[in-house]
Amino acid sequence: MDYGDLGLKVGIEIHQQLDTKHKLFCFCPTAAREVEDSNFEFFRYLRLKRSEIGEEDRAAKEEVERSRRFIYKYYDSTCLVEADEEPPRELNREALLIAIQVAKMLNMEVVDEVHVMRKIVIDGSNTTGFQRTALVAFGGFLEVEGRRIGISTLCLEEEACRKIEEGEGYAVYSLDRLGIPLVEIGTDPDIDSPEMAKKVAARLGMILRSTGKVKRGLGTIRQDVNISIRDGARVEIKGVQELDILDKIVEYEVLRQVNLLKIKEELKERGAEVKEEIFDVTKVFENTRSKIIKNKTVKAILLKNFAGIVGREIQPGRRLGTEFADIAKTYGLGGIFHTDELPGYGISEEEVRRLREFAGAEESDAVVIAAGDAVRVEKALKRIIERAKFCLTGVPEETRKANEDGTTSYLRPLPGAARMYPETDVPPVVITEEMLNVEIPELIEDRAKRYERLLPKDLAWEIADSPYYRIFEEYSEKLQPTVVARVLHLVPATLRKEGVDVEKLEEEHYRLVLDMILRGEIAKEGAEEALKLLSENPSYTAEDLKEKIGGAEDIDSFIAKLIEEKADLIAERGEAAFKPLMGIVMKEFRGKVDGKVLAEKLKKAIRDFLS
Amino acid sequence: MTGKKVRIRAKGKIFEGIVMPSFTGNLVLKLENGYNVGFAEYELLEVLEDVERVPIISELKRKDGLPDVKIISTGGTIASKIDYRTGAVTSQFTAEEIIADIPELAEICNVSAELLFNILSENMKPRHWIELARRVYEALKSYEGVIITHGTDTMHYSSAAISFMLSTPKPVVFVGAQRSSDRPSSDAAMNLLCSAKLSISDVGEVLVCMHGSTSDDYCLAHRGVKVRKMHTSRRDAFQSINAKPVAKINYPSLEVEWLSWRYRRGERELVLRDKLEEKVVLIKFFPGLSAEIIDFFHSKGYRGFVIEGTGLGHVSTDWIETLKRVCEDSIVLMTSQCLYGRVCDRVYDTGRDLLKAGVIEGEDMLPETALVKLMFLLGNYDLETAKELVKVNLVGEIEKRSQF
Repeated sequence: MDYGDLGLKVGIEIHQQLDTKHKLFCFCPTAAREVEDSNFEFFRYLRLKRSEIGEEDRAAKEEVERSRRFIYKYYDSTCLVEADEEPPRELNREALLIAIQVAKMLNMEVVDEVHVMRKIVIDGSNTTGFQRTALVAFGGFLEVEGRRIGISTLCLEEEACRKIEEGEGYAVYSLDRLGIPLVEIGTDPDIDSPEMAKKVAARLGMILRSTGKVKRGLGTIRQDVNISIRDGARVEIKGVQELDILDKIVEYEVLRQVNLLKIKEELKERGAEVKEEIFDVTKVFENTRSKIIKNKTVKAILLKNFAGIVGREIQPGRRLGTEFADIAKTYGLGGIFHTDELPGYGISEEEVRRLREFAGAEESDAVVIAAGDAVRVEKALKRIIERAKFCLTGVPEETRKANEDGTTSYLRPLPGAARMYPETDVPPVVITEEMLNVEIPELIEDRAKRYERLLPKDLAWEIADSPYYRIFEEYSEKLQPTVVARVLHLVPATLRKEGVDVEKLEEEHYRLVLDMILRGEIAKEGAEEALKLLSENPSYTAEDLKEKIGGAEDIDSFIAKLIEEKADLIAERGEAAFKPLMGIVMKEFRGKVDGKVLAEKLKKAIRDFLS
Repeated sequence: MTGKKVRIRAKGKIFEGIVMPSFTGNLVLKLENGYNVGFAEYELLEVLEDVERVPIISELKRKDGLPDVKIISTGGTIASKIDYRTGAVTSQFTAEEIIADIPELAEICNVSAELLFNILSENMKPRHWIELARRVYEALKSYEGVIITHGTDTMHYSSAAISFMLSTPKPVVFVGAQRSSDRPSSDAAMNLLCSAKLSISDVGEVLVCMHGSTSDDYCLAHRGVKVRKMHTSRRDAFQSINAKPVAKINYPSLEVEWLSWRYRRGERELVLRDKLEEKVVLIKFFPGLSAEIIDFFHSKGYRGFVIEGTGLGHVSTDWIETLKRVCEDSIVLMTSQCLYGRVCDRVYDTGRDLLKAGVIEGEDMLPETALVKLMFLLGNYDLETAKELVKVNLVGEIEKRSQF
């Protein structure tokens, strides 16, 4: 595809969790919890608030229409602030300083006074019904391959709850994540290709990690992507967790918009029309063999001259009908059926004939049905009518969710700009000179270049990007840099592949192993065994490790015994007996004693025997 | 310039936004993207016109067959509106506006609304209780029930005052919100819906209706003289003390479950006694507090004293002489800072000395309720009658039996 020709414009928004001691507006830790550890749960409903001008935010309104009960999991590590039962505390200064640091790294201007706002969010992911957010800096840029990409805003905001489960009329959320500080960085729509989107995101991620104060691991960084093409629409895709699929997301979204534009043209030629009426067709399916719709209210809508279009693929594996089904799902329904895919799913030809008859559908028309709770079905179909009508005009502006394969699903309408008001419970923070004097950390890429003098390139990058790079700097002065890098990166990577839970290892464990190598208490090959033991027993001391791995004391007696046993072989082969004997010695001492030491001892023993 | 749309130059860029109130001297602008931002140095380029928009609210139609309920607001905000442009939150109080915010209310009753005061509940004075009692009295003549929206801080004082001043054959329900009603998570709507249901139910007394738990699952109706705000911020801050709640109103079904004895609808005559003696004081005793505090108020003409004593109802023995003197022409009523439980001054020597001095045991009355009761009694009766009545249960403020 010629993206320049299509007028592709992409802006990305990165949400990065900060690794602060406390949450943004309370003194709870920022640690993730297991849902089983929850010691209490409660539930709430959220209501839409109207603005003075009588307008309701469209996205918020749709959420309310889905009227769900939100269940929250509480922990001993959460407090009344997360439960919306106590006013927020003042803005976390540690988080603010990190935000300022990042802003300066992105050449941004920091505001003189930070005001915390309430951004209405009523999908239940915030107990208050709003997300607290503050604009900290604006007007920066970063350079990617010689091109300047504008950074429009940097906001400091609170992370939302983690969704645990969702069902008809309810959603379960975990409070552990709510309130973790996030920086949200938005670029200008300067990106014009899928590859560039990926590169910009990668560079932003690198800059953020360079602070050493951001959380790492799955879900700690998320990208939202805004994509539009000429004649298409601005579509916001939320929650891209894997950087690797960012280019694919852009590619597929362009494809979707191009296909929707094609569908629009075709529908125009056909003179297609969307009927407003919602038919109650429950009777048609009275004796249906389809388990999915049996004993439920079934309603239908009629799309004139849409036959074949509802089943048309617009993204790999996703049809126009899938878009309709997404809407139904957001209303708590299982999905929809449409005549382009029927008969099927247990629905018979006869039922389809009667359905068409009931709705007054001709051969060239399509009928969409939904089943479930009558009110939900009605609301969902009403919204699907609206969506189908949009097929006649083009691409609707909306918020979509990123799927793992790079495709996207409908989430909600685009939020309006008018949905923010001041968080009066949190006083504004005046930015002082002192706050602005934060140190700019060395970029990971600059660090990597320094390490390239000591390590192979790939490994240099890995170590530079590792949270343990400081340990590397410290020990590479005393030990061979490759040995230190092996302990810090290669060994844990190998162990992880073998299924060892190396996430249990902390800084102190790596230091312990490196110190033992340094003191000669274990060989550098012993690192693997030592780290494995520590992953399983994080409280092991140097003594424990020495005992388990075994020291160098009995090498000499082992070799002496071996020489005695293999005297014939040595007599026969002379110094050439080294190779097979070394195999035996290594088998015994691999990982415990340095191979070089073993080889020397064995060679000497053979030489002594022969002389 | 507050409220005006302006264009400024700051930090080398041009910004447009609405000027917001500032407390630091910096210029606070609400930018196009909705964020407020403060600028220390800026150059004002232009003041742009700002278009005022008028709210459109549809007219309210009366539904036949539904009971009429009056909502009297004392300034407690049950339904506020936000101006997303300026970020201002203002309280609204026409029936149309309330219904627009909580449409389910129109399915329960026909609502009339009246803004009586617009004050914070911490600024409430006894004269406000009198005015409120008079308004409720008038409203009860023509409505099935009355709902009073009230700030939560002093709601239990007001509910106690109205309980004593107004003998009511119909429900009078106090309601408030712990989360301001401009939030999507506010408890205001559910509290009000449960209150509405209560206001048309079979009960004839003054109640406080608030969340029963932290979840949006039910409200509790507490007797106006047996309720206290027991938490600074939680939704379920209001609790019945030394009594069972009168009712539980499930949400969203709005089914009412009665939990204790109650005055039934029509059981009592509508009577208003709208006098209060304001020279009554509530004194919390603590180790080291001198009895001079009693002398001080007595010299200022105070004749009603409620003491929030320790444990079963004690103050230091060195108060005895002073109390003996004051009791000659005043009422000294002993309550306990334990809040839960009943005062009994016959167990220990100090208590017996207090009784001998003329101090009266406040039974299981809450200190705040006792304060209001004394104001009511001294306002409407002579000292001797007041002394008689202070230990008599008038409206449910004293429970004869203490239960688990």
